[in-house]
Amino acid sequence: MSLDLFLQHFLNALTLGSLYGLIAIGYTMVYGILRLINFAHGDILMLGAYFVFYGISTFLLPWPLAVVVAILGASLMGVLVDRIAYKPLRDAPRISALISAIAVSFFLESLGVVVFSGLPRPMHQPEWLVSIITVGGTRFMPLTLIVPAVTALLVLLLLWVVYHTRPGLAMRAISRDIETTRMLGVSVDKIIALTFGIGSALAAASGIMWALRYPQINPYMGVVPGFKAFIAAVFGGIGSIQGAVVGGLILGFIEIMTVAFLPPLSGYRDAFAFILLVVILLVKPTGLFGEKQEDKI
Amino acid sequence: MKVAQICASVALAALACGFAAPAAQAADPIKIGVYLPLTGQNAFGGQLELEGVQLAQKAQPAVLGRPVELVVVDNKSDKVEAANAVTRLTERDKVAVIIGTYGSSLALAGGEVAERAGVPVIGTSCTNPLVTQGKKYYFRACFIDPYQGAAAATYAAQNLGFKKAAILMDVASDYSVGLCNFFKRSYTQLGGEVVADLKYSSGDQDFTAQLTEIISKKPDFVFMPAYFAEGAIIMKQARELGGEFVIMGADAMDNPDTLTIGGKAVEGFLHTTFPYDVTMPNMGAEAKAFTDAWRAAYPDKDPNVNSALGYNCYNIVLDAITRAGSDDPEAITKALAETRDLPTALGTLTINETHDAELPVGIIQYKDDKRVYLGEVTPAL
Repeated sequence: MSLDLFLQHFLNALTLGSLYGLIAIGYTMVYGILRLINFAHGDILMLGAYFVFYGISTFLLPWPLAVVVAILGASLMGVLVDRIAYKPLRDAPRISALISAIAVSFFLESLGVVVFSGLPRPMHQPEWLVSIITVGGTRFMPLTLIVPAVTALLVLLLLWVVYHTRPGLAMRAISRDIETTRMLGVSVDKIIALTFGIGSALAAASGIMWALRYPQINPYMGVVPGFKAFIAAVFGGIGSIQGAVVGGLILGFIEIMTVAFLPPLSGYRDAFAFILLVVILLVKPTGLFGEKQEDKI
Repeated sequence: MKVAQICASVALAALACGFAAPAAQAADPIKIGVYLPLTGQNAFGGQLELEGVQLAQKAQPAVLGRPVELVVVDNKSDKVEAANAVTRLTERDKVAVIIGTYGSSLALAGGEVAERAGVPVIGTSCTNPLVTQGKKYYFRACFIDPYQGAAAATYAAQNLGFKKAAILMDVASDYSVGLCNFFKRSYTQLGGEVVADLKYSSGDQDFTAQLTEIISKKPDFVFMPAYFAEGAIIMKQARELGGEFVIMGADAMDNPDTLTIGGKAVEGFLHTTFPYDVTMPNMGAEAKAFTDAWRAAYPDKDPNVNSALGYNCYNIVLDAITRAGSDDPEAITKALAETRDLPTALGTLTINETHDAELPVGIIQYKDDKRVYLGEVTPAL
C-alpha cells in the first residue's frame, strides 16, 4: 500500500471515528450520570439534522443560524423526552426506564416518517466545508479535519462542565447517589433536565456533522450510527467521556482499515469490528477507561 | 329476560342478513391485496408503485361486473412484516390475488406464506430469481436479475467498450448480491476483467474505505446495484475521493429523486431499468395511456417506472381475472401463467414458464442534470 493511499484511508478513518466518538460522548454522559442507556439518542441526532434541513429550506435561515436553532430545538426535545418518558420512572427499576427509552426511539422514528416522510432528503452543504483540497495524492475537504476538531473541542467543553462547574459537581454527585444528593438540597430534577439538554445538544451537533459528511437524511439515519456509537461508548468504558472518544476512534479505524488491508473481506467489516470489541471486553469487562463500580446496597 | 330477547332478535336479524347475502353477491367486490413497503428504507419505491396500482384501479374499477376493492398493507421494508402482511391478506381479508412487492428480500418472505395459503401473487419489482423459483403461486411483472445483470455487462463491454470493471456489492441485500454475481459472470465471459470486488451492508453510510480501494485499482467503471438510499451517497463520496470512472447501477436507482439527492455527483451515471421513461422516444400506445392518466392524476410530478410497474401489475391481474371468469385463486393462478403478448405500459409482455415477465432492458443516463433514455439492450449471453 502506497503512502498516499494509506493517508487517504487514515483521513477517512479519522473522520468516521471522530463522528462515532462525538455521538458516543452523548450516550456516555447520560449513562454516567443516570445509569440510563438513552436509546433515543440516535433519534435526537436525526431530529437535529432535520431541524437544520427545515431551517434552511423552509424558514430560509442562514446556515449558522439554522445550526444554532437546531441544536437548541434538539436539546428542548431531549428535556421533553426526559420529562415525559423518564422522569415518571425515576424510582422504578432501571429496566423500565430502558424499555421506555426504546419506546421513545421507535416513537421518534415513526413520527419522523409521518411528519418528514420516508423519502431521503439532500442536506445542504456550505461550499467552503466541502471544497476538495488535494495534497500529494490525498484528497480531503475542510470538513474532514473540522469533524475531529469539533469533537475534541466539545469533549474539552464537556469535561470542563462536568469537572469544573457547580452543576457538573451536582451531576457527579447524582451519579454516585441520587437520594443523598437530593437530601443535600440539590434540585435533582433540574440537574437531570440539564444533563438531557446537554446530551441532546451533543446529539444534534453530531447529527449535523454526520449529515454534512453523508449529506442525505432520513428518519432512520440515527439508528446505525447510534448503535455503533453505543458500542464505542461501552468499549471505551461507558460513563467515561475520554473513553467514548477513544472507543469511537478505534471503532472507526477498525472499520476502515479492515476494508483497506483486507479488501476481499470488506463484507465482514462489522463482524471484524465487533469481534475485536468482544475480545477486548473479555479481557477488560469495564471497557478501556471504565471504573469498577461497587454495587450500592 | 329482556336483554336475552333483544340479543335473540339481533342474532336473528344477523342471520337473515346472512341468508340474504347470496342475492347481493353479484355486486360483492373482488378483493385484490397489495403489500408494499410504504414506510422504512424502501418506502419511496413502495409508494410510487402503490400510486401506479391505484391509478390503474381508477381507470378500470370493475371486472366481471363486480367492483374491485384494493386492500393495501404496509410491509414496512421488513422481511417479518412482509410475511405478516401476506398472512393478513390471505387469512383475514381473504383476497383473491395479491400485488407486491418492491424488494426481492421482502418478496421471498411474503412468497412462502402465499405459497402455503394457495393465493397467487404478482411481484412489482422483485427481480431476484429465487422469488418465483419452484413456486406455484408467485409471478412477477418484471424481468429477473440474471437478465438485467447480463444486459448491464453487455452494454458496458460491447456498447461502451469498457475493459476493467469494479464491483461494489451490498452483502445484506439479495437483490444486490444476485445482480453482482450475474453481472460478473456475463462480464468475464464477454472478455472483461473485474479488478476490484468490494462489499458493504445496507444501512452503511460510509463507503470511503471501499471507494478508496476501488479508485486505487483504476477501473473504467464501477458496477454498483445499490438501492437508491445508498446509491446517491456512494456517488457523492466517489467523486469527493477523486474517482473519475463511470458508475453504473440497476433499476433500484430509477427514481425521480436521484438527481435531487445526488446533485452534481450523478452526472454521467448510467443504469439499467425497465423499458419505460417519460422522456423515451416513440412511446407505445399503452405507455402513452399510462403517461396521460398519470399527468391527469398527479399534474405536479413526472410518471416513473415503478409506478408503471404497479400500473402493469393491476392490469395483468385484471386480464387474468377476466380470462379466468371468476375470482377463484386457483383459476386466477392458471390464467396468470397463461398471460401471452399482453400489451402493457412496458411493451408487450409474456409470462414465461419460470413465471417471469419477458421484457427488454432500458438504459438511462444522467446528462447535464437531465435523465436521458438511451434505448434498449438485449443481453448477448
